[in-house]
Amino acid sequence: MSEQLVFTYEIPGDDFTRAGEASSAIKNKLKMLGVENSAIRKVAIAMYEGEINMVIHAKGGVLTVTISDEEIVMVLADKGPGIPNIEKAMQEGYSTAPEEVRSLGFGAGMGLPNMKKYSDEFHIESEVGVGTTVTMKVFI
Amino acid sequence: MKLRTVLELPDCQVLVQGDPEREISKVFCCDLLSIAMGKAPANGVWVTVMGNKNTLAVASLTDTACIILAEGVTLDEGTLKQAETEGIAVLASGLPVFDMALQVYKAGLA
Repeated sequence: MSEQLVFTYEIPGDDFTRAGEASSAIKNKLKMLGVENSAIRKVAIAMYEGEINMVIHAKGGVLTVTISDEEIVMVLADKGPGIPNIEKAMQEGYSTAPEEVRSLGFGAGMGLPNMKKYSDEFHIESEVGVGTTVTMKVFI
Repeated sequence: MKLRTVLELPDCQVLVQGDPEREISKVFCCDLLSIAMGKAPANGVWVTVMGNKNTLAVASLTDTACIILAEGVTLDEGTLKQAETEGIAVLASGLPVFDMALQVYKAGLA
């Protein structure tokens, strides 16, 4: 692969059962490109958590994935409510997810911590009332 | 241990067979998908009572080899079809999570 591949996905905000489709699609592409399994797993986990977050909190958003020879860059941008206290949101176990989401097995306050844990570089910017943008990199 | 051994366990019904020759790494129990997402081992057997479409998504993204639905839980037809496409085995059992996981462990991971 000599040039960058860029993929953009609209994450639907109202359909919980479709969350994960973009992550699955990227996972399959990375497999076809021959990326190492451990890197694929990191990308898949970080991206899926991001998708779920956008569905739960932001009524969807846009996910852009750039694949080059050295790294996979994921940018998740939403126009949701924003995060008032990022430090708190980054703590394991801290969650503001509604009950219906918890009953599906999510909302345990692991989303952002998992995203940070499984990416090699993690950056989050958020403004209340404007939205949140998360940028994650996995080196390959 | 190969997946075949798990497929042959007496208290399980095979809903999706997957690849019987796949090598199993570990058995894993968890019902919170948020935690399973970060912790489910690649090529593992995952025992859970959480049976919805997201269970399969998590299994797929973590490279889980086999989902065992405990306590009589099932998955809908569409999700089972998807599991087949993705090559993930799905089994159902009436046993509690621990008892089921113990059987898997004793069958070849002990």
